[in-house]
Amino acid sequence: MRTASGAASTPQPPSHSEAISPVVTLDRVSKIFSGRRALDRLSLTIEPGEFVAVIGRSGAGKTTFLRCLTRALTVTEGAIRFGQQDLAALVGRALRDHRAQVGMIYQQFNLVKRLRVIDNVLVGRLPHLRGWPRWASLGGWFPEPQRSVAARCLEHVGLLDRAWQRTDSLSGGEQQRVAIAKLLAQEPRIILGDEPVASLDVVNGAMVMETLRRVASEAGVTVVTTLHHVDYARRYADRIIGFRQGRLVFDGKSVDLTPVAIASIFGEPPSGDDRRGLEPGAHPEWAVS
Amino acid sequence: MSEAFAAIHRGAVGSLPARRSEVGRSLLTTVALALVLGWAARVIELRPLELVRDIGNVAVFLRGYLNPSFTHIGEYAWQCVVTICIALWGTLLAAFISVPLGLLGARNLSPHPAVYFVTRRIMDVLRAVNEFVFALMFVTAVGLGPFAGMLALGIHTGGVLAKLLSETIESIEPGQVEGVAATGAGRLHVIAFGVVPQVLPNFLSYVMLRFESDIRSASVIGMVGGGGIGFYLWDTIRSFKDREAATVILLIVLMVMLTDVISSRVRRTAI
Repeated sequence: MRTASGAASTPQPPSHSEAISPVVTLDRVSKIFSGRRALDRLSLTIEPGEFVAVIGRSGAGKTTFLRCLTRALTVTEGAIRFGQQDLAALVGRALRDHRAQVGMIYQQFNLVKRLRVIDNVLVGRLPHLRGWPRWASLGGWFPEPQRSVAARCLEHVGLLDRAWQRTDSLSGGEQQRVAIAKLLAQEPRIILGDEPVASLDVVNGAMVMETLRRVASEAGVTVVTTLHHVDYARRYADRIIGFRQGRLVFDGKSVDLTPVAIASIFGEPPSGDDRRGLEPGAHPEWAVS
Repeated sequence: MSEAFAAIHRGAVGSLPARRSEVGRSLLTTVALALVLGWAARVIELRPLELVRDIGNVAVFLRGYLNPSFTHIGEYAWQCVVTICIALWGTLLAAFISVPLGLLGARNLSPHPAVYFVTRRIMDVLRAVNEFVFALMFVTAVGLGPFAGMLALGIHTGGVLAKLLSETIESIEPGQVEGVAATGAGRLHVIAFGVVPQVLPNFLSYVMLRFESDIRSASVIGMVGGGGIGFYLWDTIRSFKDREAATVILLIVLMVMLTDVISSRVRRTAI
């Protein structure tokens, strides 16, 4: 579906089965804010097509980690490579091109609420509009093939019938699915999720995670997402990374996330929001059935 | 009351921490305010008793004003239309001026602190100089008439709208902008898709409000040669044609009331 000219793009639903993502490598990465290490000498490699959940207490460095991957933040020490590309070297057009390859999904959806659903999905097509007059796209006019792509992406998440509604008239779960449709339209090579289900109820949260898991495996895209719910991480991720005070304290398969490992990530005893998911079944309001 | 609440309400409590008395500060503020007001009254020669003493003059003045003359009402009505046209084009010019200034003068969008600083100072100048002063300048530049009035209103209101727009932009939800920027969209696309939808309703509302305000300003800007009904208002008052002046004032009041009603209805239904 990736095309050189947006105007000539052929509308196709995402149907990749092979991994299209590059390897992401972090080499002794630190991010320091006012003397405090939010990330502390982090070294890891994320393989193409992996679904990685990042867990940890609030302030453990999860969001900083994601923001470094998008280059919203520049690392203080070390290097992040996206394939062979060092992210620190990216500026201007190259940085925008990098961001076009990184799909973001947020806790608060970050959709433009006053726009119609279809227009929010079309925002994902903006990087693919080469050859189409800028004034037209600034006015909200997109070529028909791009509109078809957006419609197919909406259909893929089951929201085609809501295309002409204002986005803020949708429920939280539906808005997050619109955000996924926008990701599909964007055709990223990697998807980064910042607590994508934290503001959703259990049913909508599970639905969003199912959709994310399905589209990621169909498109062969790497997913790295922070999650508050350990149970979601266990259920949907191939690999779980645990942060504590900016350090990597766990990196393994879901089955390896033992109570001891959980304690090493969250500390003893966990409190507040971070307690969620530690004891599945104990709290009916958050337990994922 | 449930037992749980009762237990809390009956529970042992330490005394509240001591709070500093604010009586002294309130007293000081009151005295300071009274001193400032007293001084200001002396400066403006405030003599309310004179109003009572000269009440007879007010009665003479009112006699003319309560008996308006409709001899030249057609001409005055046409000048009201001219006034509305001055305000319409003045507001449109202001909206055009305010968009680039508002974008560059918003802290969260401005490309550089120096650009932000300079833009803000330009806005300050446009707002600080009254539309009457601008009208005097434009009368010199383009001659007497409505065109000078329109330019004066447009430039001054442009500064006001730019300030309102920039502050609206500064209060937008950054997450929505980030959601567009994260797709790799360019700067103009981020503005068009992430900023404009968030600020447009407020901006249009401000434009309508300023249009109402510009109608009021345009109705007097003619006093300094800016065209419209203001010239007739000035002329009739200055030549003591009280009955004619009353007609002009009546038409201005009707015009302002009508535009206020229409404009607020448009704002309520369309924005």
